[in-house]
Amino acid sequence: MKTQQRTWTIAFGAALVLATIGFGVTANNFLLQAGTTLAMYVALAYAWNIVGGYMGYPSFGTAAFFGFGCYAGAIAQNAGAPMWLAWPAAALGGAIFSAVLGRILLGMRGHYFAIGTIAVVEVMREVSNNWEALTAGATGLNLPIVAGSPREVGMLFFFVMTAFAGFALLLTLLIARSKFGFGLRCIKQNEQAASMVGIGVLRYKVAAFVVSCALMSATGAIYASMVAFINPDDAFNILMSISVPVIVTLGGAGLVLGPLVGAVIYMVLDNFVWINFINYHSAVLGVIIIAVIYFIPQGVVREFVKRGSVLLRRDTAKAA
Amino acid sequence: MAEAILDVQGLTRRFGGVVAVNDVSLSLAPGEIVGLIGPNGAGKTTLVNLITGFLPKTAGTVRFEGRDISAAAPHLIARQGIARTFQIVQPFSEMTVFENVLAGAIFSGRNGGHAAAVTMAHECLEFTGLDSHAGYLASELSLANRKHLELAKSLAMRPRLLFLDEVNAGLNTGELDAALALIRNIAARGVTIVIIEHLLKIIASLVSRIIVLHHGAKLSEGRPADVLRDPTVIKAYIGNKFAQRFAQTESANEATEEGRPSP
Repeated sequence: MKTQQRTWTIAFGAALVLATIGFGVTANNFLLQAGTTLAMYVALAYAWNIVGGYMGYPSFGTAAFFGFGCYAGAIAQNAGAPMWLAWPAAALGGAIFSAVLGRILLGMRGHYFAIGTIAVVEVMREVSNNWEALTAGATGLNLPIVAGSPREVGMLFFFVMTAFAGFALLLTLLIARSKFGFGLRCIKQNEQAASMVGIGVLRYKVAAFVVSCALMSATGAIYASMVAFINPDDAFNILMSISVPVIVTLGGAGLVLGPLVGAVIYMVLDNFVWINFINYHSAVLGVIIIAVIYFIPQGVVREFVKRGSVLLRRDTAKAA
Repeated sequence: MAEAILDVQGLTRRFGGVVAVNDVSLSLAPGEIVGLIGPNGAGKTTLVNLITGFLPKTAGTVRFEGRDISAAAPHLIARQGIARTFQIVQPFSEMTVFENVLAGAIFSGRNGGHAAAVTMAHECLEFTGLDSHAGYLASELSLANRKHLELAKSLAMRPRLLFLDEVNAGLNTGELDAALALIRNIAARGVTIVIIEHLLKIIASLVSRIIVLHHGAKLSEGRPADVLRDPTVIKAYIGNKFAQRFAQTESANEATEEGRPSP
């Protein structure tokens, strides 16, 4: 039973990788761009899911750490670092930044934590707007442009971004099956009971926050290299802080497949609505999202599994 | 008395102007069952919270098996072998009963590797009679079973010292007997137990020593029969009516040589 499940998982993973490569090689520029954006949101959704899903801390700070990564990567590249080095450097910077910030923010719970993380986004945008010596303020920063034809560069960033999203997925799989992930789920449900059984609650929370934020910062740095220009409003966009939790909730928070499924649904909806309701795009998308979350609050994946298992039960009933 | 497993000296906790626990000292011998009683608000739960590190101490020291744990964090105290149940049950509601107990077995770090922890979790489920409910969500259990789950979770941590904070409150007579048998079995494994309980009949039949708290301070301490006859304890907590009844059952027992007082 278990080996069969593993075989299916590997087959599914291999199919996904092959489909991605096939898509990357054959797709036109528009689709390639859409695919890269999708991969970026998948990576961010996986990063958010660690803290927001497994640990149950509703963060609206995605944009803060994404933006931090944008600037960290841009500054590193402008100082002469190759982008391959700027990305891990941004991740490391994000890790240190979030380790310090996490000790303060994670003392708060629920709504207070959520509001605290929103404040971080706003503060970061103000800082990047005004610290002109480092960030060039509202003018924004240019990054070295990657050599090659638009198509080659597009393909390069598509593969980098999907590889990184895949890395975030594998990391989630690892966490979900580890003692660490088990501890996070305990913390989500009852912090007092968690410390009673011997979990170092603050250390676990900060560790999860650091992993999550480092992933977000690396995503931001890759994005900055791709677009080759960033400014405060683009890097620290509060809409990103909202759309990422929405994506995870759509798919199913605290699940390995939730962020992936949620991101695909979100991007399809987003594009569908763009094409059909140009003037009322945000309003219509908002209504659809509210409707989906209202009717399937546990996310699409759980709903699917629930119905699936009901069907299975009927089958076994028939067989018996 | 052998060397104390727990030694508490001058433990004090103030909340603003209120002294919730006032200069309490006590000592537990390995393997004994001690009852902690007192009126509501006497500071019993606060005392446990101070010893287990859930509340910072205003003053005083706590030594466990010779080590000073006065300033240790709750999870580190738990890993050293002090487990507790909470007056209001604290399950991981959306996890299965098995996962709840496994959490105790794994994170206490006192069971060796993962496989050993799994074995321990199953053993504790069986011990508390919850093995048939292993796959249920903790939130689906009855109150009695949730209290058993608290016990199973604590036991899976392989504790040397166990605080039971009103584990029997809200149970009916049948459930009570099962719970008492369980506590006796835990003690038989060599675990030192401190039990907070309002049902004096239970205390008297279970423990070898009683400590009475009143207004945060230790009012009396000693053998159950002596403590429950102590006039200051009767005045502060028990009341004359129960004291008379208790005295009657005691003398009846002595006359008939029965093991336990009949209800």
